[in-house]
Amino acid sequence: MSEQPSSPTRRRLLMAAPLVVAGGVGVGFWRMLSGMTKGSFDPHDIHAPALNRPVPDFALPDQAPGTGFSAADLRGLKAPVLVNYFASWCIPCVAEMPVLNVLKDRLPIWGIAYKDKPEHALGFVQRAGNPYARIASDHDGLAAIDWGVSGVPETFLVGPGGIIRWHTASPITEAMITNTIMPLADSLKQ
Amino acid sequence: MKTHPLRRGGLIALLACLLFAPLVALAVDDPSEMLPDPAQEQRAEAIGAQLRCLVCQNESIEDSSADLARDLRHVVREHVAKGESNQQIMDWMVNRYGNFIRLKPPFTIGTLLLWVMPLLALCIGIGIAWWTFRRPRAPVPPPLSDEERRRLSDLTETR
Amino acid sequence: MNPELGNFALALACCMAAGQAILPLIGASRRDARLMALAPALAVGQMIALITSFACLIHAAITNDFSVQNVAANSAVSKPLLYKITGVWGNHEGSVLLWAMILSMCGGAVALFGRNLPSALQARVIAVLGGVAAGFELFCLTTSNPFARVWPAPMDGQGMNPLLQDPGLAFHPPILYTGYVGFAVPFAFAIAALIEGRVDAAWGRWVRPWAVAAWCFLTCGIAMGSWWSYYVLGWGGYWFWDPVENASLIPWLTGTALVHSAIVVEKREALKIWTVLLAIGTFSFSLSGTFLVRSGILNSVHAFANDPARGVFILGLLALVIGGSLLLFAIRAPQLTAGGLFAPVSREGLLVLNNILLCSICAVVLTGTMYPPFMSLLFGKTISVGKPFFDATTIPLAIPLMVFMGFGPMMPWKRAQMWPVLRRLWWAACVTAVALVVATFQIREILPVLATATAVWVICSSAADIAERLRLFRQPLGQSWQRARSLPRAVFGAALAHAGVGIVVLGIAGMSQAAHRIVEVHVGQSEMLAGDSWTLTDVKPAEGPNYTALVATIEVRHNGRLITTLHPSKRTFASQHQTTTEVAIHTNLMADIYGVLGDKHGDDANPTYVLRLHYNPLAPWMWLGGLIMAFGGALSLSDRRVRVGAPRRAKTVDVVVVQ
Repeated sequence: MSEQPSSPTRRRLLMAAPLVVAGGVGVGFWRMLSGMTKGSFDPHDIHAPALNRPVPDFALPDQAPGTGFSAADLRGLKAPVLVNYFASWCIPCVAEMPVLNVLKDRLPIWGIAYKDKPEHALGFVQRAGNPYARIASDHDGLAAIDWGVSGVPETFLVGPGGIIRWHTASPITEAMITNTIMPLADSLKQ
Repeated sequence: MKTHPLRRGGLIALLACLLFAPLVALAVDDPSEMLPDPAQEQRAEAIGAQLRCLVCQNESIEDSSADLARDLRHVVREHVAKGESNQQIMDWMVNRYGNFIRLKPPFTIGTLLLWVMPLLALCIGIGIAWWTFRRPRAPVPPPLSDEERRRLSDLTETR
Repeated sequence: MNPELGNFALALACCMAAGQAILPLIGASRRDARLMALAPALAVGQMIALITSFACLIHAAITNDFSVQNVAANSAVSKPLLYKITGVWGNHEGSVLLWAMILSMCGGAVALFGRNLPSALQARVIAVLGGVAAGFELFCLTTSNPFARVWPAPMDGQGMNPLLQDPGLAFHPPILYTGYVGFAVPFAFAIAALIEGRVDAAWGRWVRPWAVAAWCFLTCGIAMGSWWSYYVLGWGGYWFWDPVENASLIPWLTGTALVHSAIVVEKREALKIWTVLLAIGTFSFSLSGTFLVRSGILNSVHAFANDPARGVFILGLLALVIGGSLLLFAIRAPQLTAGGLFAPVSREGLLVLNNILLCSICAVVLTGTMYPPFMSLLFGKTISVGKPFFDATTIPLAIPLMVFMGFGPMMPWKRAQMWPVLRRLWWAACVTAVALVVATFQIREILPVLATATAVWVICSSAADIAERLRLFRQPLGQSWQRARSLPRAVFGAALAHAGVGIVVLGIAGMSQAAHRIVEVHVGQSEMLAGDSWTLTDVKPAEGPNYTALVATIEVRHNGRLITTLHPSKRTFASQHQTTTEVAIHTNLMADIYGVLGDKHGDDANPTYVLRLHYNPLAPWMWLGGLIMAFGGALSLSDRRVRVGAPRRAKTVDVVVVQ
């Protein structure tokens, strides 16, 4: 250590250190809170690593009133598709249905019913209005694990060749569509 | 001033997780879930204890009653039965859910501070103590100024 | 006793607190005795107003006044009376009011019991407490008013989460809050000392009893919380390193460091600046812990209704309290006179080491808790930090802490020789060595073995300390008894608290050897676990006040002799559509026999039941040890020296440092 360890400046700096650390943490918290109110920061998002990877191998059976699909179907695509995990027992899924019903004319949506009895999923889709071009049933929830799904609703934007380009674990909102999904989907079409 | 009926102040340990899973079911609630071979079952439990239940608080999938945790327990046991190594199973999980699923974060650049914290805190503590207690005595406080002397005599007289 | 009166009393308390924060400070700086004398009066007045306000809320809950939004959302006619009362603090608004009430009681306590303090110091301490109280009462009034009305009033309330309808949980929050809030008093002493620019032995002596009292409550609160999760969750877990739990552990660790460093201030006038910082830090951690978990940042639970707007208010308040006090610290602390030098091998040297280790553990827990949200904010990556991480990082710091803990109380002040201390501890070391060997053969896992050995070491060295002071077995017993009567209670208190730590650690080591089985059985079928035979003899329905239940009868026999009959049950609460499991626990203090009733399978003619059976060796020791620690703290508080020997300050200085 130095020859003049009791220099007053250094002492002052040491005493100010707690304030500096607390200030830094405080600013961090403030940014988190403001991010949460604006929707740009979600402490619950688990950032599953599916992004920019090909869709996992899976093949799921039909879910009435739609037809099931497999990884091969998605990989053979030339245009982007939105893959939406949903369930009849999930309340946020009900909330995002009107938004999906508006979106379906601009972007095809393929649904996967997660851990749902086929008759319940059918009832749900009939009540809410069917936004899905195809619907598959993931009854035991094992394909969902391959997708890295931790709950419903979860939504993936799958680009040409079956590459996952975008992902969210929150219900789809109008803002997401105009700000993120459609611009990205349009750029992928070319 | 709308309050969620289940809302509870944050103090009570783990309540939040219970709020999420309204049915307090048991973790491994079906004996048929367990592997017949006790050695394999033990290994599966050890792996499960390292994996986070994705939808709960800091609970491992072995301790959680959530649906997804049960599925993951099932997957772990399938892989153990197939004879995969712990590392393979861990990689399989991380590949799907990222490092979020590991209750013990991996040692990377990003988690450097986290992992060196015990040593760092200890070194800073010892360093400050060493620096403080071996330095020469603080100088004698300067003698009182006239102003201070006057105030002192004022105060001592009024007492 | 109507809600409007409660609301008015709360607003009145807020005004009084504001007055309490400002007037005595002016009085203290101008040496105006009349303004300073306002402090105790306002503190007591504020306390009475808040007690009235809280009583009004309890009254509304008891009389089922569902026009009060808070009662309607959390209570119901059918709820038992006990839970109507305890349900008052079982929700956000009510718990903030409870928090404010306890804070006002701390102010009242300083007003009533702090008469021996110099009037300027007392006025400043009460003013700081008033300032904090005013902030939280304002928070309560503006964003979380428990007296808000709802119209039209519903016929019945929505009821309370059945999990909260539990006696252990019902009394847990007040005790825990008293612990958290109690550290506001040392905090206020620290701020007052910084304003005065003076910390001395007398200050250390005044602040320590308040810190010890808060520490006792916090210890009890944590032990109760852990016990609650042990018997409510139904799988024998007792600590999860969950952010909510860590929020209570962090101030406990710094609070423990504070209780020890204040001794050094009192006896040796050293570590003064550090002790002031610890007092500020402990209360800051209590505050941020309790309130940030409500903002939703630290929780990863989707259903947790959180309110970022409320979080912003809290953050502003925290910035004011914590930022303000640390700013004051940064400005004034460098001017405090430095303490004495001391040798590394001495009581104070070991106390410094104790502080370093405790604060390192605290830093680890704090980093582990804060890392995930910050990682997510800064790098957009998520990680989890859970039990395996905390076990791997805190235990290596805790073991040396416990080893040094054995030496501490024996060490003389100033400058010590190792040899005499070691000579007095030889038998404790022998017992530890035996324990180490036995544990190695019994357990065969490195960490539990080390934990067992260090725990035995702590208990034995605490006993050795007392034996040494009593000259036990070296003098006739009568003389030892005489010495015991004249020995200060604080010595016994410290030894008990240290032994309590050892007992907790033994309990944790024992729990690492717990055994469990999950079985599916018919009525009449037996299963073996840990050498006992468990037989399900009966399963019957039962009715409760607001639930229906299924109650099992399990007989546990050892070699054919009946040990106990367990009655675990499953309760269904119709009004909330919830089911809870009621664990049945039989304890003989050496182990818990713990049974849980799970799902019913099969048809009604021939049903099978899933049972979860646990054998948890030494489990009760964890909570018993916690209570012993708290009792040790309370015993040292009852020391004559704390009550009578209130010190007088050296006369000179008050004046010189006033700006």
